[in-house]
Amino acid sequence: MDLFLDTFFNWQIVQEAWPILWQGLKATLLLSALVVPLGLLGGIILAVLTTFPSPWVKWPLRVWVDTFRALPPLVLLVFIFAGLPFVGVDVGPWGAVAIGFFLNTGAYYGEILRAGIESVPRGQLEAARSTGLTRGQTMTYVVLPQAVRNVLPDLISNTLEVVKLTSIASVVALPELLFEARQAQSVTYNATPIMAAAVAYFILLWPVVRLLSRLENRQLAGRG
Amino acid sequence: MTGWERFTDSFFNARVMAQYLPKIIDGFGLTVVLALCIIAAGLALGLLLALVRTFSIRPLNWLIIFVVDLFRALPPLVIIVLLYFGLPNAGVELSGFVASWLALTLVLMAFSEEIFWAGITSVAKGQWEAARSTGLGFVQTLGFVVLPQALRITIPPLTNRTIAITKGTALASVVAVPDILGAANAGVSFSFNPSPLTLGAIAYLVLFFPVVVLGRWIETRFAWKR
Amino acid sequence: MSTTTGRAPIVEARDIHKHFGHLHVLKGVDLRVVEKELVFLIGPSGSGKSTLLRCLNRLEEPSSGSVTVDGIDMLDPKTDINKARQRIGMVFQSFNLYPHMTALGNVMLALRKVLGLGRAEAEAKAQAALDRVHLADRADHYPLQLSGGQQQRVAIARAIALEPRVMLFDEPTSALDPELVGGVLAVMRELREDGMTMVVVSHEMGFAKAAADRVVFMADGMIVESGLPAEIFADPKHERTRAFISQIERH
Repeated sequence: MDLFLDTFFNWQIVQEAWPILWQGLKATLLLSALVVPLGLLGGIILAVLTTFPSPWVKWPLRVWVDTFRALPPLVLLVFIFAGLPFVGVDVGPWGAVAIGFFLNTGAYYGEILRAGIESVPRGQLEAARSTGLTRGQTMTYVVLPQAVRNVLPDLISNTLEVVKLTSIASVVALPELLFEARQAQSVTYNATPIMAAAVAYFILLWPVVRLLSRLENRQLAGRG
Repeated sequence: MTGWERFTDSFFNARVMAQYLPKIIDGFGLTVVLALCIIAAGLALGLLLALVRTFSIRPLNWLIIFVVDLFRALPPLVIIVLLYFGLPNAGVELSGFVASWLALTLVLMAFSEEIFWAGITSVAKGQWEAARSTGLGFVQTLGFVVLPQALRITIPPLTNRTIAITKGTALASVVAVPDILGAANAGVSFSFNPSPLTLGAIAYLVLFFPVVVLGRWIETRFAWKR
Repeated sequence: MSTTTGRAPIVEARDIHKHFGHLHVLKGVDLRVVEKELVFLIGPSGSGKSTLLRCLNRLEEPSSGSVTVDGIDMLDPKTDINKARQRIGMVFQSFNLYPHMTALGNVMLALRKVLGLGRAEAEAKAQAALDRVHLADRADHYPLQLSGGQQQRVAIARAIALEPRVMLFDEPTSALDPELVGGVLAVMRELREDGMTMVVVSHEMGFAKAAADRVVFMADGMIVESGLPAEIFADPKHERTRAFISQIERH
């Protein structure tokens, strides 16, 4: 038990490693603040495009979305980070993460928002168009606000997953929380920094998990 | 070399691809085995926890909720790294495969427990009362009346969540498991050519694209029929 | 035929055909509505009256024919359809109020985004429109906080705020509980007294008798006959009209 506590909950190591962990935590927050809006942007573009009725738009988009939903995000990230430099495209860890998340996260947000848009009754569109609003205005002021509200739990849930997923940036040596924790561990030969990182993630994300589990329970319960 | 030649030579180099195809195929097998082990253990544990929760034993339920929240909040890679790189510092060595399996199983357990539980609670109270009034016991009611209805509505969210978590098997490459991505990475560093990564990406698409399409189909199929 | 001949037509639809796949739902319909006229479209369900109405503002694209509203060729690809729709108000069976906006917000949206009015001016016009439907005191309510009848009156305010030349009503009272119908019909009658041109698809035969200038009976995608309410209800010329009227009167 002592060995366990000494290995995973060593207060002295926490104090030593704190400055570097704090740097990592800040990078994780910055990274999240970068990739969440990026993914949302990609998702909105995809979702709005899928409202065009032409099969020439619909099917290529569906293949695009399903491709990036089928490809594990780490594979995509490694491909961009380690593969593209062979043809002279070197975007660095931040660039690779930005592109990879835009593609992967965008596909997920796109699916959610598409479902949201489809949940808005057709009459809403007709009423808006009958007052002379354009297609774009109808989308912006009438359909999207309702769509977002209808799929809010899914959007929050996906955002939680995205923030968790930023940990894979450690694989391409981007100095975020997990990366810094591993650095600290390799210097101290003690698992406490990784444990500290895990605790930081948990403190950061637990409120979101609680909120979600309430929303989801209500959603499923309402369906039964 | 023109740009196009350079592109094909890098990403679709036939010689390199032929050389590393067997390794990728081995990795494919390993990924499938890992994924199946995760699905079997994760869903079974999730259902078990959800069933235990129906007995409404307060302290036990609090524990379940905490464990579920814990593994929903922690990034899977953090759990894998903790198990693989952390435990040895305490004298416990896990192989990369076992560490990845255990981590993702715990994550799937947490998410599926939440979904199973929501499904069970969504079955109307009247169903319990009707079944109990005919003399069925608690476990019989749960097994014959409530669960069949609950499972049906949990299928779409469960499918999508299982697919998402199973894709996490690629994380095992970080802890030296020669799965698809692990084999591809090794191939790149030996051949100094990224074609094995292309093969790896194709292998993942072969594996997961049909699954994603299936998930989409299940979602529409079960959407409004109860 | 009636007191309305001689005045300029506001709505003129000619030889409208509409196909949905292999279904032929409008088979060459002509409709002419002059200024300040209230035309009532009646007929069994599936007769094409709602489709005809929706062709007039091109929510439904006619397969062939021509539609002119207030001198504008609605089917000309060069016509700015969004501008043209400002002149044609529409009220739907299911209200279609925007649930995420207050009553005032519902009325203001097109004023601001289509007419490009400033906030203060749009708000004043929206308030005035709500006042006309007697809901000035409900401006801050969301649709879900209003009764069905109130929702429909907000929908009417949303349309009249744009000062349209003609109003289309697509079964405006069929989704309402009986006790809420009166309020909506009262507002429609006031609109008529203010000189609004209106085309109404509805089963409210009492209202048609009391307020319509002309009643048009449709069946199977064609206009069977049209005339003064008194003629159509008391002395229909066609067997189909007679059967429909007697069936309705029995209820």
